[in-house]
Amino acid sequence: MNTLIYTILTLCIIGVVAAVVLYFVAQKFKVEEDPRIDQTEKMLPGANCGGCGFPGCRGLATALVESDDISALYCSVGGDECMSKIADYLGKVAPKKEPQTATVRCGGSCEKRPKTNVYTGATSCAIASSLYAGQTGCAYGCLGYGDCVEACAFDAIHINPETGLAEVDADKCTACGACVSACPKGIIELRKRWPKNRAIYVSCVSKDKGAVTMKACKAGCIGCRKCEKVCEFGAITVENNLAFIDSTKCRLCRKCVAECPTGAIRMIGLAPLVKKEEVKEEK
Amino acid sequence: MAKTFPIGGVHPSDNKQWSKGSTIEAMELPDVVNIPLSQHIGAPATAIVKRGDKVVVGQKIAEATGFMSANIHAPISGTVTAVDLQPNGQGIRQMMITIKREDDIWDEAIDRSNTIIEECNLEPKQIIEKIKEAGIVGMGGATFPTHVKLSIPEGKRAEILIINGVECEPYLTSDYRTMLERGEELIAGTRILMRAIGVTTAVIGIEANKPDAVKHLQSLLGEATDIKVQMLKTQYPQGGEKQLIAAVTSRQVPAPPALPIDVGAVVCNASTTVAVYEAVQKNKPLIERVVTVTGSKVATPKNLLTRFGTPVEALLAKCGAIVDGDIKVINGGPMMGRALSNIAMPVMKGCSGITVMVGDQTKRGVESACIKCAKCVEACPMGLEPYLLSKQARKKAWDAMEANDITICIECGCCQFTCPANIPLLDYVRLGKQTVMGIIRARNMKK
Amino acid sequence: MSNRFFVSPAPHVHSDYSTTRLMGDVVIALLPALMVSVRVFGWSVLAITAVSIASCVLLEFLVQKYIVKGPVTICNLSAVVTGLLLAMNLPANIPLWIVVVGAVVAIGVAKMPFGGLGKNLFNPALAARVFLLIAYPVQMTSFPKPTLEGFADVYSGATPLGAAKAGLVNFAEFDVAGMFTGAMGGSFGEISALALLLGFAYLLIRKVITWHIPVAILATMALFATIFAGVRFEEPSMHILFPIFHLLAGGAILGAVFMATDYVTSPMTPKGMIIYGIGIGAITMCIRLWGAYPEGMSFAILIMNSTVPLINKYVKPKRFGAK
Repeated sequence: MNTLIYTILTLCIIGVVAAVVLYFVAQKFKVEEDPRIDQTEKMLPGANCGGCGFPGCRGLATALVESDDISALYCSVGGDECMSKIADYLGKVAPKKEPQTATVRCGGSCEKRPKTNVYTGATSCAIASSLYAGQTGCAYGCLGYGDCVEACAFDAIHINPETGLAEVDADKCTACGACVSACPKGIIELRKRWPKNRAIYVSCVSKDKGAVTMKACKAGCIGCRKCEKVCEFGAITVENNLAFIDSTKCRLCRKCVAECPTGAIRMIGLAPLVKKEEVKEEK
Repeated sequence: MAKTFPIGGVHPSDNKQWSKGSTIEAMELPDVVNIPLSQHIGAPATAIVKRGDKVVVGQKIAEATGFMSANIHAPISGTVTAVDLQPNGQGIRQMMITIKREDDIWDEAIDRSNTIIEECNLEPKQIIEKIKEAGIVGMGGATFPTHVKLSIPEGKRAEILIINGVECEPYLTSDYRTMLERGEELIAGTRILMRAIGVTTAVIGIEANKPDAVKHLQSLLGEATDIKVQMLKTQYPQGGEKQLIAAVTSRQVPAPPALPIDVGAVVCNASTTVAVYEAVQKNKPLIERVVTVTGSKVATPKNLLTRFGTPVEALLAKCGAIVDGDIKVINGGPMMGRALSNIAMPVMKGCSGITVMVGDQTKRGVESACIKCAKCVEACPMGLEPYLLSKQARKKAWDAMEANDITICIECGCCQFTCPANIPLLDYVRLGKQTVMGIIRARNMKK
Repeated sequence: MSNRFFVSPAPHVHSDYSTTRLMGDVVIALLPALMVSVRVFGWSVLAITAVSIASCVLLEFLVQKYIVKGPVTICNLSAVVTGLLLAMNLPANIPLWIVVVGAVVAIGVAKMPFGGLGKNLFNPALAARVFLLIAYPVQMTSFPKPTLEGFADVYSGATPLGAAKAGLVNFAEFDVAGMFTGAMGGSFGEISALALLLGFAYLLIRKVITWHIPVAILATMALFATIFAGVRFEEPSMHILFPIFHLLAGGAILGAVFMATDYVTSPMTPKGMIIYGIGIGAITMCIRLWGAYPEGMSFAILIMNSTVPLINKYVKPKRFGAK
């Protein structure tokens, strides 16, 4: 019986001493922190993807609370809705951004872009691209080893085994930009997100001359400028043998798609434009 | 006990038997050459000819852009047909000067006779100027501009000149043949270099697998005491600059930014030394070099004296190197050479050999789990831990890699060569090194 | 031209090392010791070895195929090595079902849950042996008396260490030559120092292991024992006999050469290996001299296994050019 009492007593004393020590240590090393940071962090999506440029959601939350002008801070995962909620809570002006989605600008599938060699190094785009141009004649296109897939925290980008190209699942994409910086070839771009994930973009980043591009890939942009001429909104510019559609100016009119001789301009979620002559003929 | 470097190293089978016996043979002149403007470490040269210009052999066609760059000379005579982007051996487009050959007319200033001119009374500055004018770069593969190496910075002093005749890279025999067939020029070149950097002793380092080269050079030297031929234990990567200095002088070059001159050494490759002799005594710029074409299935492996700009394809065809099936064409040797995706690549200043691998030699073993056998740590000649670095590179832990001294890695490939689990250690380590170097550069720019 | 051009970063050649070759070499290095055991204890040794190897390989196969659902890598022989080492750490008269239990612990507890080959913290064979030692102390510590006359006698003989612990012996009576060649009680793999050293030589020649760990362990044990003998005994003969006894008795050599050098659970750098070896040698001698168990090799190795990540983190090789 004595043993039992002593044991209980000893344990109790240890407990009390520990509690007292803990209390004083906690007081001594207390970190004063704005409680709003915790609240703001809770309002953020909590993906810790790093898309905002901070190491995690807490980093952004701290910046949001501490800076007066938050117009340069934005969480693309939460979007406008999340940002306005936080801005209301903090009494600041909410930054606004058009919703965006990542776009892989390469259409050089296995069948359009024949392989000229076999790569047997480590499966990494960064390693392959620091070694050489790639398995095809094109030095600009998608390598397909999936550095973007690895970088994506939202499971929104995958390599299509049939085409060997990266493809974005626009419904899952949060435009955090992780894939954009992971791609050593700079193929991925954040573009304006249209309703129903509609999109028109130049699916090529080759700056080679037309003849060179054509030899390497049947789906490449050859810089023929036909699209530039047909665009009524001044959204298309051709520089260094490469067309680029500014997604903020594009109105999805589809005229360029019909003009493009190689099919480098890709269209998603839209029906092909029926040419006027064809319409007349039908009448 | 033959000397060698202090830590690590591996012993790949040297496979030099195929080409070591064939004497240097002149390659036929190509009809068209592409001359890349970037054949060296540093800024690409600037073209000084344009389309339609007529050039003669040895005429300067591109000028060094700044100090850390090198001149480029026409290797054939003819007409410049283009200055444009062309794919290099890795399929990446680079500026190249295309020349269509007409005859073989040489610049008159060049002495094409075979007489050996040993006497050299030029001032060190003049020698270096001549070397710079001739566009000489390190021909062992690193292509570091030689005149930069020879310009000793203020406050430093060279104590010893080391001529690198190690050729530790398996398969290759171009330096070996050069030492055997052009020994007199090599020795004369060595004395010129000694004069240029103001040293009284030079050591020619040669591995033990080339005893006849050692004997030949020793007999040429005779009673001379200023140059010593040092036989070194056969061990890869002895030809690495830092390893060679350590093997010869027992001094270790500290981590970058320290250079060999910080331990008083200047290293120059054997072929480069012969080129220096030609530049200084014969006014001949760097327009050709010996290229070994070898491999287990190459019909007639050869050491070909090749003008720059000759497509690799032509060399392969001459040696009967292209066989059906799987093939890997390597610019350089199998340990550090770069595999080519485009065999139309022109031969360049740093191209010491073309190694052809066929069949199963082209493939890597299947990667399996790391068993922590520590063989990579044992093999690393720089005292690094490749298993750890490659793991950190996969996790993109660049800070940790920097803390583990990634920047001293010489990318020799010993770790990956030895790994029993076939892990592509160096692929990741190299990626990490490039990234960390970039981070460090960016940080220094900010300062 | 029907060519496929291959491209990869350098290096383009590879040494003839492979995981399978290294593991195969360990098996070959253990064969002399196994043959001595067969000679001394009879065919039961082979039955135990076969059961141990078969159950380890089968278990690894089942776990990889049906639980992890990853690639099956039993061909790399690592499970064979685990099975063989486990068997060699058991008495020659152990019931076969205990061997199976040991294999389950080795593969199913100590190896696969950590992620399989290369990721386990503790040496699987030793973890299993220690589990069996605690769970089945009677079966694990009754050793058949060694005999060179064919099959083993039924009655149990004490191990030299057990006898020394119990204070039953006069050290001068020990047959050193016998201990060297295999005439001593104990787990069947550990009895012949000669055969084990033969295996050590083979591993060194084939460059499977380096000398650091075994030499560090054995040297530490010898030094420890010499100092102890110098303090404890007065007869000068004991000062030499005592260290030799400790090097030859029990699992010293088997542990130092084959168990402590397990790649996965030993440090990566030569300096680290020496620290690790000194630790094992010292702990072993402490357990032998002052602990409850007569033998401490297994415990010492497992304790030092747990320090390996720490050693790897703090003990770095000397970089080229560093001051």
